[in-house]
Amino acid sequence: MRVPLEWLRDLVSLPPDVDGREIADRLIAAGLEVEAVESVGAGVSGPLIVGRVLSIDELADFKKPIRWCQVDIGEAHGGVRGIVCGARNFSSGDLVVVALPGTVLPGDFVIASRRTYGHVSDGMICSQRELGLGDDHDGIIVLDSGAVGDDASALLGMGEQILDIAVTPDRGYALCVRGVAREVATAFGLLFDDPGLQLADLPPPGASVAPWDCGVDDPSMCGLFTLRRIVGFDPTAPTPDWMSRRLIAAGMRPVSLAVDVTNYVMLELGQPLHAFDGAKLTGSVRAGRAAAGERLETLDHVVRTLDADDVVIRDDSGVIGLAGTMGGLHTEIDERSTDVVLEAARFTPEPVARTARRHRLSSEASRRFERGVDRVLAPYASARAAQLLLQYGGGIYAGMTAWESPYVPTIIEIDADLPARTAGMPIDHATTTARLSEVGCAVAGDDRLSVTVPPWRPDLSDPADLVEEVVRLEGYDNIPSRLPMAPAGYGLTRHQRLRRRAGITLAGLGVVDVLTYPFTGHLDHDALLLSADDVRRRAPRLANPLSDEQPLLRTTLLPGLLAAARRNLSRGTDSIAVSEIGRVFVLRDHQQPDGTVGPLRPAVDGRPSDEELDTLEDLLPDQPHHAAVVLVGDIEVGGWWGPGRPATWSDAVELARDLGGALGATIIVRQGSDAPFHPGRTAALEIAGRLIGHAGELHPRVTAAYDLPPRVCALEIDLDALIEAAVDVAPAPNVGVQPVAKEDIALVVADSVSAADVEAAVRAGAGELCEDVRLFDVYVGPQVPEGHRSLAFALRLRAADRTLSAEEITAAREGAIAAAAGRHGAVLRGS
Amino acid sequence: MSAPNNPYDPVGVSALEPAAVDAAVQAALVSIAKAADLDQLKSARLEHAGDRSALALANREIGALPPAAKAEAGKRVGDARAVVRAALDQRLVELEAERDARALVEESVDVTLSTGRREAGARHPLTTLMELMGEVFIAMGYEVAEGPEVEAEWMNFDALNVPPDHPARTMQDTFFVGSEDSGVVLRTHTSPIQLRAMLARDLPVYVVAPGKVFRTDELDATHTPVFHQIEGLAIDEGITMADLKGTLEHLATSMFGPGVRIRLRPSYFPFTEPSAELDLQCFVCLGASVGNPDAPCRTCSSEGWIEWGGCGMVNPRVLRAAGIDTDRYSGFAFGMGVERTLMFRHGVTDMRDMVEGDIRFSRAFGWEV
Repeated sequence: MRVPLEWLRDLVSLPPDVDGREIADRLIAAGLEVEAVESVGAGVSGPLIVGRVLSIDELADFKKPIRWCQVDIGEAHGGVRGIVCGARNFSSGDLVVVALPGTVLPGDFVIASRRTYGHVSDGMICSQRELGLGDDHDGIIVLDSGAVGDDASALLGMGEQILDIAVTPDRGYALCVRGVAREVATAFGLLFDDPGLQLADLPPPGASVAPWDCGVDDPSMCGLFTLRRIVGFDPTAPTPDWMSRRLIAAGMRPVSLAVDVTNYVMLELGQPLHAFDGAKLTGSVRAGRAAAGERLETLDHVVRTLDADDVVIRDDSGVIGLAGTMGGLHTEIDERSTDVVLEAARFTPEPVARTARRHRLSSEASRRFERGVDRVLAPYASARAAQLLLQYGGGIYAGMTAWESPYVPTIIEIDADLPARTAGMPIDHATTTARLSEVGCAVAGDDRLSVTVPPWRPDLSDPADLVEEVVRLEGYDNIPSRLPMAPAGYGLTRHQRLRRRAGITLAGLGVVDVLTYPFTGHLDHDALLLSADDVRRRAPRLANPLSDEQPLLRTTLLPGLLAAARRNLSRGTDSIAVSEIGRVFVLRDHQQPDGTVGPLRPAVDGRPSDEELDTLEDLLPDQPHHAAVVLVGDIEVGGWWGPGRPATWSDAVELARDLGGALGATIIVRQGSDAPFHPGRTAALEIAGRLIGHAGELHPRVTAAYDLPPRVCALEIDLDALIEAAVDVAPAPNVGVQPVAKEDIALVVADSVSAADVEAAVRAGAGELCEDVRLFDVYVGPQVPEGHRSLAFALRLRAADRTLSAEEITAAREGAIAAAAGRHGAVLRGS
Repeated sequence: MSAPNNPYDPVGVSALEPAAVDAAVQAALVSIAKAADLDQLKSARLEHAGDRSALALANREIGALPPAAKAEAGKRVGDARAVVRAALDQRLVELEAERDARALVEESVDVTLSTGRREAGARHPLTTLMELMGEVFIAMGYEVAEGPEVEAEWMNFDALNVPPDHPARTMQDTFFVGSEDSGVVLRTHTSPIQLRAMLARDLPVYVVAPGKVFRTDELDATHTPVFHQIEGLAIDEGITMADLKGTLEHLATSMFGPGVRIRLRPSYFPFTEPSAELDLQCFVCLGASVGNPDAPCRTCSSEGWIEWGGCGMVNPRVLRAAGIDTDRYSGFAFGMGVERTLMFRHGVTDMRDMVEGDIRFSRAFGWEV
């Protein structure tokens, strides 16, 4: 809402020395967000003079018609000057605004005397846009008052300040000068004479004319409906300059007197108005509901098919307007309309909001109706509008018709000390009563107040709303500071702590954490080679995605990381290790991508039942935290110490193991083959028999699809599952101090047997004396049979209480070999 | 060696003469002093302290002396040998020290050679900043609450006093999941976590809730469709706006240092009443740039204050939707953008840096903010 200061001063008697900045500061403190204090014509410096066009010489030798004008700007400024002008909307004798050489216009445009179109133009005749006053550049400004040689700046309101206020949805009453003026009066302790409560003087209705019939078909859509009529109106009567200036300053474009007056009164009082051409109306005008399928061409030339929930205005010919949103094209007043029928009504906020949203039409009117227009204002506002129309456009007043459902003001009961108890500062009862009165409430009672809410404040419905009014006017700055004493807490939960630990661990292992968007698409699923029944294709879908190519929520973190890797590569980073820890989203078995039809919406006047809460939870997909890593290029950088080392599948697996280890979980690695990994270089990561992720090298086609160099390695793990499997309270180890016995065994096994399985057998076979088993060599070559390899393990054996005997050591060694032989057909190498 | 002097025949032994002993000692000391390395010292030891050294040989002659002379000669030779041994030991220490020092000199390297075989890992600064902010509250006894990012519309809007058709719903452009009528959204704020905390926890409730939120804004320098908020909630008996203000001042001090001021400015949020915008005094210019075109401030656009977040007293309607007795309990809630906080705490000027995953961005922050 843009509020010109001079308009504001019409409604509240501010001291002359108070400027826009001071008003803004006080309004901000009271809760109106003044975003800027602007000046009309900011950027203009130097003289702007009122001149009279004496003669016009049409120059026809150019591509466009040009006028060579003689303009009298008064003896003080050099008398008559010749000025070239391209506009055509003026005649000899008109008063215009002349910028003399030396004047600077917005955009640092310096006016100079210059030769153009064969003449020396000694200044410029200005349009609104050239002066930064508005958007109008259809022609130059023609003044309707002023004298030759006058300073035009004052006439144009140059330098006048405008408050630009971002009005929050609860403060619909501040979408007009009247509402802002009330706040200003309160902020400066001034009396406020509410213009919304004053009925403009209108002449008695003419005997020869009749008011227009009106009615309301659906009182749930409209509580108050009025029509005033003026006949014999002069459609060519111009809008007075002062009104145009205010409209422009407020951000609206002057159109015609009748339209301008409706906009002006809306801006002044907050009541949207609509002017029909009586000549185009058929029968009585009524507010109500549309019939499904009815059609209406609105002012923006769009033919709209209506919904049964749309709130509309109709006459006997059908629907003639979307009530409170936009008028119909065919009943609109135009440049020949002499029979003006002014509609002022109070439409119910929610239906207007739904109608505006359904038709994607947000108008100045709908913004106000959605927020709740003053319940009783309509006849006052239309009287004001009729008065202005009669004053500037003439005609005969034909009277008013109205339909109104009974108005019952809202009354709120509130403890008088509730504002003090809420704010945590002393506010006595008298102050509470006084502040509520300033807002416009009628207050009765002493300890327990009965507060009648004014009709322009439909947002006030609860005691807390009244508390806010009192406290904001007392000043939030005056609230003291205190720290509440929370009971002892338990710190982070185990999941939170370990999730954090996972991030720290990966960073410690040289991986850089990034945050990517969770949006993905079928192209990603295809690029990852996911099979048709892969659970990662069970992605929730957005109804209104930002990009049609990414309508899905991620079920895996890899596409985001691959894209991030690609971006880093394109920015010149060749070796990349990136990770992300974040949620993925997977539809549960009973869920469909389209979601549920008619989901449960529990009442909000009390806690929902546990069943209702469960039903709400059932709407949501699984959203576990995953951790993922993508490795591109070298994991160790080359340098004077030697060449770099490219990241391999084993680095990805090691990261997974280290991550598990840091969280206190031992990850079991098995041979896997799942997409998007290389079928021969995938580790399936398991904990307690449950598959929780994969690590390894990506499938070459996946790497190619993401435009990455070969041999990209990756890891993705269900972090929540990992954390759940992690040791909760770690048991202490038995740190043996007896001598260790070291035994090495090399076992020849078939290639199909995995090293992890052999290691497990060795460990089990060696028995309880086995402290550690480590694979230290893998040999493939002529000394082992074709299709076999030799795996060499180092065993560390130790007893807690004694030095091991040679027999014990041999027994453990033989046990290990026997177990590997028994389970996997291993043969001791060299035997 | 002389033959045993038996029967006793007192004869003089020249090697035991004081002059001869002194000469042997002098020769030994010169030789030891001249030893330039451990090998030469070893030779000197053999020559002057070995079994065949002059003093050793002299020592053997003592037995030939008459008993009355033995003691004196024995002492003379013993003293002489001790002097030589001491000189040898001292020189050994010196030469060993020299050898060790030389070895260290020979092993020295240019330690300014670049390192960096493994490149540094890093955490995302938004993550660490959320953790840091959370810790301020954990220190006060709060716990960290969480909730789903795909959220029931009821939790995100209805129960937070944003009924259908309420203009506040258009304040936040919502991603709908499934269809616009399926009752599931990407949460537009962290406030549903508040509600979940109230539904799930015993009173009093003191929680802080950092998390990811979503709105249908296209990415540009100041907007991103996915961003982060941190939300705080305290529900207890007798909670007032003064508690809210003190808590926010504490947070501001923790984040921006002592002396930074905050301002509460009346505003509107459906889920709080009274509501306020939380402004932070510009910690760069401390307000000095306001109305001072000669010293403009980029951080606050010379406004003196920076919008940091929103806050207020939990609307009793929200408490009721969570089944809380509003006669007995009241509460405050606040929320702020983590991106915004990072932007003005660390001078990040473009939102895109935080979301594009350029490792140079995360790495610049390291592990902490």
